[in-house]
Amino acid sequence: MAVDHIVALPAGTRAMEAKPPLIELNEVGKSYLNGTVALANASLTIGHGEFISLLGPSGCGKSTLLRLIAGLGSISRGSIGWPQASKAAGHMGDLGFVFQDPTLMPWATVFNNIYLPLKLAGVGRAAAAAQVSEVIKMVGLEPFAHTYPRELSGGMKMRVSIARALAVKPRVLLMDEPFAALDEITRFRLNNDLLQLWQSQQWTVIFVTHSIFESVYLSNRIAVMSSRPGRIVADLAIDAPYPRGEAFRMTPTYNDYCRLVSVELARAMSENEEEH
Amino acid sequence: MRILVPLALGALILVGWEYLVWYFQIRKFILPAPSMIGEALVTDYQTLLVSLWNTMVVTVSALSIAIVLGVAFAVLFAQSRIIEISLYPYAVILQVTPIVAIAPFILIWVGLDHINRALLILATIVAFFPILSNTTLGLKSVDHNLLNLFDLYRASRWQRLKELQFPAALPYLLGGIKISGGLALIGAVVAEFVAGSGTGTGLAWRIVESSNRLNIPRMFAALFLLSAFGISMFFLLTLLERLLLRKWHESAVRREN
Repeated sequence: MAVDHIVALPAGTRAMEAKPPLIELNEVGKSYLNGTVALANASLTIGHGEFISLLGPSGCGKSTLLRLIAGLGSISRGSIGWPQASKAAGHMGDLGFVFQDPTLMPWATVFNNIYLPLKLAGVGRAAAAAQVSEVIKMVGLEPFAHTYPRELSGGMKMRVSIARALAVKPRVLLMDEPFAALDEITRFRLNNDLLQLWQSQQWTVIFVTHSIFESVYLSNRIAVMSSRPGRIVADLAIDAPYPRGEAFRMTPTYNDYCRLVSVELARAMSENEEEH
Repeated sequence: MRILVPLALGALILVGWEYLVWYFQIRKFILPAPSMIGEALVTDYQTLLVSLWNTMVVTVSALSIAIVLGVAFAVLFAQSRIIEISLYPYAVILQVTPIVAIAPFILIWVGLDHINRALLILATIVAFFPILSNTTLGLKSVDHNLLNLFDLYRASRWQRLKELQFPAALPYLLGGIKISGGLALIGAVVAEFVAGSGTGTGLAWRIVESSNRLNIPRMFAALFLLSAFGISMFFLLTLLERLLLRKWHESAVRREN
């Protein structure tokens, strides 16, 4: 069974249209040498252009799953497939990854940090300049192109990290709790900026988070994971229209969804505990 | 401030020294007054300067070779754990062996006609280890998230070395160079002391010769030049470190608080 159950949507909402599959996770399992089982039978099909959140408690393996999708680390069991990728290219070069920590090179300017993936791919500095400048503009850091990371605030560093992920014009954006370490005001602002960019650029976003509120605000689909060993136990469609502004946080739809997700999460967390 | 205060203190000490020598009528072959040392500096400046130059050449050459070899081996160690495990103990042996003990052996090896080669080898041996050790540490001390990032973008081994490990290791390397600078000088001096009579040409030799001839003021003058060189080198290396790191490293960045 792919998921344990699909939750009935609140009355009056329509089911999400099926999107062409982009990534297929088939009973993915991950165990470490010391015996820890991080993931067990995680199955999910992610469609083109979705904004899907992986929501789960701490230690449930959501970050591990994200990294496996990115190709960092090996899968112990099951498979991850990209049905649309050509045999030659695989999914190479089409991924942007944003870590929880901005992970910038402290010895390089903002420009050079963002230029890095292009540099590693062999693109010359002059050739890449236009693309890098465009991405810097996208995240609103134009005046800071030649500053060093130590002179930037936490939110700004995260923007640089996001810009770097976007520099290669990815099809898929993988984000591992990117806003968790930021203050609430910055977090809300970056949430909105991210949604705006997503609407214009049309990437597929896989967003790992432990925040119910964030996942409901941002995504149109939430996969809820159980605690370790991680498994996808619920798959919810958040069918609220975009663009979503701050006002959305006050609507009854938003609150209903949050309640729904909260119930699912609680159930997911208690399931594994009962089994142990 | 950083320059004036030590200088002022130094001047104070010199004045006090001069006074004490005069007051206690200390003989010049026991402890010469600064004025005598200054006199010796002026009179013998030609010989002293030539000796200083020779010592400087050996020191700087030894330091340069130590940097090249140290970094090369560090890169090797960072690439392969097997190589690191097998070669590291031998590097440690190099560090802990006192060069006074192996100097005669090296001298015989290169031939007594080529004292300078022996000096170079010995000074390099002394200066080598801090650079190797520090750079190896630096190359391995990279944020693992950055390593993941480089993996994600399919960086080649060389790219990872050049773009990530090298800049990350730079603060450590520069720290090692500062230490090795002084060690290279000490190595050059000690090696020359051990090399013995007649053919030495550096400041160490001047010191030995002057003390043998009881020309204590000149001995002190040579010592003074040695210290001056050592201090200048240290400051130059510190300046280099600050210059290279001032944009981004915590140690060299200027902050308001």
